[in-house]
Amino acid sequence: MITYLIRRLAYALPILLGVNLLTFALFFGVSSPDDMARLHLGGKRITAEAVERWKVQHGYDLPHFYNPAGEGVAKVTQTLFVQKSLKLFALDFGAADDGRDIGREIGKRMWPSLVVALPTFVLGLGAYLAIALFLVFFRNTAIDTVGVILLVALMSISGLFYVIGGQVLLAKWWQWVPISGYAPGLSGLHFLVLPVLIGMVSGIGDSTRFYRALFLEEAGHDYVRTAHAKGLSPFRVLFRHILGNAAIPILTGVVVVIPRLFLGSLILESFFGIPGLGSYTIDAIQAQDFAIVRAMVFLGSLLYILGLMLTDLSYAWVDPRVRLQ
Amino acid sequence: MVFALMGCQEPINSPHPSGAALGKTLFSSFSERPKHLDPARAYSSNEIELIGQIYEPPLQYHFTKRPYELEPLTLTAMPHLTLLDKQGRVLAPNAPAEQVAQSVYELQLRDDIRYQPHPAFVPAMHSVALRTVEGLADFPERASRTVTAADYVHQIKRLADPRVSSPIYGLMRETILGLGELGDRLAARQQKGEPIHLEVESLAGAVAVDARTLRITLKGRYPQFIYWLAMPFFAPIPPEVERFYARPGMAEKNLSLDWQPVGSGPFFLAENDPNRVMRLVRNPNYHLESYPGRPDLRLPLIDQAVYSLEKEDIPYWGKFLQGYYDSSGIASDTFDQAIRVAPDGTPELSAEMQGRHLQLVTALRPSLWYVGFNDLDPVLGGRGNAARKLRQALSIALDWEEFISIFLNGRGIPAQGPIPPGIFGHREGAAGLNPVTHIWQQGRLQRRSLADAKQLLAEAGWPQGRHAQTGAPLVLYLDTMAGGADAKARLDWYRKQFAKLGVQLVVRATDYNRFQDKMLKGSAQIFEWGWNADYPDPENFLFLLYGPNRKAGLNGENAANYQSAEFDRLFVQMKDMQNGPARQAVIDQMRALVQHDAPWAFAYVSKSYALRHGWMAPRTPNLMANNTLKYTDLDPSARVAYQQKWNRPALWPLFAGLAGAGLLVTVAWRAWRRREAAQT
Repeated sequence: MITYLIRRLAYALPILLGVNLLTFALFFGVSSPDDMARLHLGGKRITAEAVERWKVQHGYDLPHFYNPAGEGVAKVTQTLFVQKSLKLFALDFGAADDGRDIGREIGKRMWPSLVVALPTFVLGLGAYLAIALFLVFFRNTAIDTVGVILLVALMSISGLFYVIGGQVLLAKWWQWVPISGYAPGLSGLHFLVLPVLIGMVSGIGDSTRFYRALFLEEAGHDYVRTAHAKGLSPFRVLFRHILGNAAIPILTGVVVVIPRLFLGSLILESFFGIPGLGSYTIDAIQAQDFAIVRAMVFLGSLLYILGLMLTDLSYAWVDPRVRLQ
Repeated sequence: MVFALMGCQEPINSPHPSGAALGKTLFSSFSERPKHLDPARAYSSNEIELIGQIYEPPLQYHFTKRPYELEPLTLTAMPHLTLLDKQGRVLAPNAPAEQVAQSVYELQLRDDIRYQPHPAFVPAMHSVALRTVEGLADFPERASRTVTAADYVHQIKRLADPRVSSPIYGLMRETILGLGELGDRLAARQQKGEPIHLEVESLAGAVAVDARTLRITLKGRYPQFIYWLAMPFFAPIPPEVERFYARPGMAEKNLSLDWQPVGSGPFFLAENDPNRVMRLVRNPNYHLESYPGRPDLRLPLIDQAVYSLEKEDIPYWGKFLQGYYDSSGIASDTFDQAIRVAPDGTPELSAEMQGRHLQLVTALRPSLWYVGFNDLDPVLGGRGNAARKLRQALSIALDWEEFISIFLNGRGIPAQGPIPPGIFGHREGAAGLNPVTHIWQQGRLQRRSLADAKQLLAEAGWPQGRHAQTGAPLVLYLDTMAGGADAKARLDWYRKQFAKLGVQLVVRATDYNRFQDKMLKGSAQIFEWGWNADYPDPENFLFLLYGPNRKAGLNGENAANYQSAEFDRLFVQMKDMQNGPARQAVIDQMRALVQHDAPWAFAYVSKSYALRHGWMAPRTPNLMANNTLKYTDLDPSARVAYQQKWNRPALWPLFAGLAGAGLLVTVAWRAWRRREAAQT
């Protein structure tokens, strides 16, 4: 297994390098260092000297990939790409273009993201599985049919509608919770109710249908028929046999998501004023802060790769037939 | 939950900490985090709005007087100006500009101006180990001291510091004696990797004569300089604060002047988490100052101001209506809910808002929007008759009255010239109208008819929008940053205006970067632009049309690249004059010239509309001043009463939900029982 993990980590390096290269090319394809300088310095009374000075101070005066003025290896190392992107592999995120430390900011902002994403994920998963099992229990009845119709309807609604609808209904009309906001610690619990609820509800349609389909597939297998024939109660068959055997595909979808919970949700964080990493990324894109954008894209890729590795490990853990070599 | 919903005294949907609404605290919001809080760098309105409450430049705008008037803030009197010639002889105040070699401002400081408490004023705190420090609160001691003239000198030197990158350095190096040389020296030091110590650097143009006397010397004459003295760029910075923040390891912890300002103003920044909330608290060392005309009202009138991050309009507006924000602007989406227009055209609160006892506050902004015609363009630009008549025709066709009605909900007035109302030089009524685009009829402005525009178009060589000789259609290009669904209606409106003359308009929507590039290269043909006043002087608007200030090639603010020898001559004459009939006469000539040349289609002056809750003390808006928080007052007990009244949770949905869940359980139970029975 150790060999397998080392090999996977080695595969990750070119992927991360490619992601970096792509981010770099895309960013500088639409935005030149001069543009970035002008945006950061403001819209009024900006002189050419001020733009040049900003570029020098922030290291954007270097050529993109090849520096003919450099000597030897400096022709490659004294370039924007190497100076700005390769340090990320040592998890050195550097400073944002406004001078603030990115690593510190990520460390601070990942907690609000996690505080919303984790309960949404755990409670949501529990709710989706429970509803899916409920529908499977009543399969081929009116309850199942009505349930599926409702799920399809819920799937068809935009996530933004849930956000605005939830804010209007629960916070504005019924006045149960604050419309938006965030506070750290227990005093901020009431702020979490609405985003967590909306996060759960917006995923209920597709996730529940997916789990229902998994359970129905399992329910059609011979071992389930055998269990019924042996006289086991329907509840025991459902929770012990069907749920247990459907765990592997559930894990596929679930474990890969876990590391990325730190990254937060772009829409939820923006609408609820949650100071997480989702809103950090959006703000950075709007402010053309390449330092933050590249750090967040790198982090996202890294966590995704980590999620895939965890998924593989969890396969081996839940299914004795799987061996990682 | 039912108990929670019913039992609480404080509304359960309150976004504020328990009991916070009972204090003299203003609750407001911000949508974008300020990039800079360093007074040498901050220039955007959202940055100035915050640091204006923290820093104190020498002067401020009188809060209630109109037209806007400067008054001393940290000074005992207005600065004393002495003009000198090349030999250093004193000149008369009205000496011609060409004789003036230097302008010397002498500023006498008050002796009761003290900084907010801060650890930088305790020498021992400069050597505290940073290992355990996460924020300013981790420094155990703090102190204060009196503001001195040397602190102002230090800040003026900072404007030239290449590490600071002040946006006004380019302007000030041409203005303040020796600042350019200082900047060059510092830049050279930085390039060589040598340390920079501003305290040992000399600057001829800013000298602390003694602890209370500051002398600023300008090259030549620049009467508008006095307005800069009301901006945070000229607020004092104590050198020891800069030394305190310069320690290695401070910047990594976001401990810098750009993040943790230190001023002598009415408030200090007690909490700076721009990802969530920023909190200003009353400065305990603030000097004696009263509300204008009310010596009994000592400023500031509130204890705190809490600004929460609100990126979206919907939650922001919802919280305002629930009473959790004390004031609000009015977005287009909510305009109809908040405002109704009376038959005579005046805006008033809707019945719903009147029922909430809101106040509507309106004011014309000291700003101007225009559509610019690039003077370098072969079709539209230059001083030739054909191009001028074409610009004039387009200026008539662009119906800004319609635009204001459709897109601004009536929140604006059509502009008639380059100077907006409220700024010296603006003329009201018939005297100020743009004769190219409007006529004065029955006591009001009337846009000229399309027939006039078509006539001008024909005289320009484009009858019916086609070339007189070749018959080729006239195709013009509008470069804009606006894009997406939101801007579509507006861009369609532009096309319609041009189509009225038979002219085809091609909209070239582009992103911010490409648009800036085009403007810098002078390759845009027609564009939208605007300007917010830095200070209430006509020079701050007329310089937007001054030839040597053009954008293409020279990176100035004359975005239309307008070049007129006569206008430039008048501008040089006007900028050094004192306000009065003679200056007004020159401005009238300049206005007539640009109305005739039409390098801009003067669009509109926008009107700010704001709503305030009934518990806020009524105040006339002052859109030039940036330190107005200290005049704000409110009645917390009335606020709490309204919040309780407006935020009673609805219980019926809870009971309905419980009933629904019960019904579902019953149906499921019966279905299961039925299936069990069928199997047995």
